[in-house]
Amino acid sequence: MPPEQQTPQPRPEAAAHRSETAPRWTERLHGLGPVIGLVLLCIAGTLLNGDFATVDNAMNVLTRTAFIGIIAVGMCFVIISGGIDLSVGSMAALIAGSVIMFINWAGPASGSPLLAVVMGAVLAVVLGAVFGLAHGLLITKGRIEPFIVTLGTLGIFRAYLTYFADGGALTLDNELSDLYAPVYYASLAGIPVPVWVFVIVAIVGGLILNRTAYGRYVQAIGSNEQVARYAAVDVDRVKILTYVLLGVCVGIATLLYVPRLGSASPTTGLLWELEAIAAVIVGGTALKGGAGSITGTVVGAVLLSVISNILNLTSIISVYLNAAVQGFVIIIVAFLQRGRR
Amino acid sequence: MTTFTRRLALTAVAAAAFASLPALAAEKVNLGVSIPAATHSFMGGINYWANQAKKDLEKEHKDLKITIKTAANAPEQANQLQDLSTVTKINALVVFPFESAALTKPVAQVKAKGAYVTVVDRGLTDTSAQDAYVAGDNTAFGKIPAEYIVKQLNGKGNVVALRGIATTLDNERMDAFNAVLKNSPDIKLLDAKYANWNRDDAFKVTQDYLTRFKSIDAIWAADDDMAVGVLKAIEQAKRDDIKIIFGGAGAKGMVKTIMDGKDKRITADVSYSPKFIYDAIKLTAEARLKGEKLPATTIIPSVLITKENAKDFYHPNSPF
Repeated sequence: MPPEQQTPQPRPEAAAHRSETAPRWTERLHGLGPVIGLVLLCIAGTLLNGDFATVDNAMNVLTRTAFIGIIAVGMCFVIISGGIDLSVGSMAALIAGSVIMFINWAGPASGSPLLAVVMGAVLAVVLGAVFGLAHGLLITKGRIEPFIVTLGTLGIFRAYLTYFADGGALTLDNELSDLYAPVYYASLAGIPVPVWVFVIVAIVGGLILNRTAYGRYVQAIGSNEQVARYAAVDVDRVKILTYVLLGVCVGIATLLYVPRLGSASPTTGLLWELEAIAAVIVGGTALKGGAGSITGTVVGAVLLSVISNILNLTSIISVYLNAAVQGFVIIIVAFLQRGRR
Repeated sequence: MTTFTRRLALTAVAAAAFASLPALAAEKVNLGVSIPAATHSFMGGINYWANQAKKDLEKEHKDLKITIKTAANAPEQANQLQDLSTVTKINALVVFPFESAALTKPVAQVKAKGAYVTVVDRGLTDTSAQDAYVAGDNTAFGKIPAEYIVKQLNGKGNVVALRGIATTLDNERMDAFNAVLKNSPDIKLLDAKYANWNRDDAFKVTQDYLTRFKSIDAIWAADDDMAVGVLKAIEQAKRDDIKIIFGGAGAKGMVKTIMDGKDKRITADVSYSPKFIYDAIKLTAEARLKGEKLPATTIIPSVLITKENAKDFYHPNSPF
């Protein structure tokens, strides 16, 4: 839709100049919105409780953010391409449950617990990719709205997990759980493993989005699918790949999640989809697609978990109002980064 | 679906035909059970025990037929209540309402058609819509852990608490907990935050408690699921100042830990077993078979679970 707003080419030079320079500068300022919000929040957090600014707390927050953050990076691609995925929380839960059942079975069956855990981790990513592929095919070849497809699978994935868990919880056997635990709890150079993975996923995501032809196609499809089609972009393939990419991200997030509690229950991953979508949008990506940034998404994800962290570290606000504070901050940050309409 | 309902209708007709036979002295009881779907461990337990009750009681009593319906939300439960009443033609109902207010009218309609209604756990806003009320003891659920913690800490120490989801039931528990602590001025409740009866949220909230408070003597996790998250967070922070972790409800994993003495921080729990749905169905069915009524309110007591009595609360086959 934005192209329609452009004036029909009088004074091409001046028009081109203005649109090149002026909006760029303001856009850059808007792009800083989430960062400013995060910095302000961190200052507020430090003032409210000195423990906020400790390395331990920072690592806790970043490690927690890793799941949502990794999923949000994948979600960023889907949203930029003009799609949406509501199923990621349920998908993560089902993958977690399946991986736990697989490892519990493969541990004794293969005789090598380590092999079982490694295969379980691989299975998480493969399952994610398969689920993503199914979404992509239904959306492009099946021509069903992504909202409906993923709303459907949201229910399907969670129902199957509940069924497998018999309404209770699936739990990793103790010995296997100890073997798997370092994936979440261990640190490399003082930084927890999930944070490293989060950083790597974000960098790779940023490179794909900004430095490859595929990344440009994703943005092109999001801003105008018809034009992209006329420009000989294989729209279906690119779209399917965004969902596969998101599925892989969910798989990676899950393989980091499983060792944290060593269990999956029907409440696992509840509302993760909204948190991931919120992180992407707060980070400055347009929900209607076309443009967005991985850096913004990462900042958005961190910002969301910092809010709840600060709320937990203080008790100046009634616990009944915690959700309201989160809502206010999200809206304020979105206001700071509002772009042109 | 249609064949299913048709079959239900047929059974109902058949049941009605049998009931009208003069040879049978006692009246047949066609009992409907309406419960929320198994969306978390506790409801998983409710479903398990409801089905267990059907199995046991139908075997025991020839004149009893139990139909169980599970609903994913309040409107669906209202529809199912209508079906139970008009299609299955129940003459007794045990209902675990999703919400108090939204289901009061639908339950009242079932009662208006002549069925005997037992409400479980969450009371209706208008108690005239029910014949009997069976519930767990939420006051004891908060009181017992508080008393235990006070006693174990010899009346002095720092306590943090987790809460479930903001509901009247959660408030009752918290109020009872606070009421006990009020008598022990040296026990300080540092904070109580919501963790939504969810393991992950409990993990995060506990992590932040541990960052914020340098010395904690006891954590009231208020739920065995949340206790799982609490334990992991403590393990990660390598903190050894916490002497007591008190869950709640009596999940099988937790009861096993107490029974085996596996963790010296977990030595007690308070029962709030989903088995009360079993008791409610049994009480209702047996009373109706004899043509009797239940007392207006039956409270299934919550009791302290320790190593001595843990085996009475251990149900390895239940999902909870």
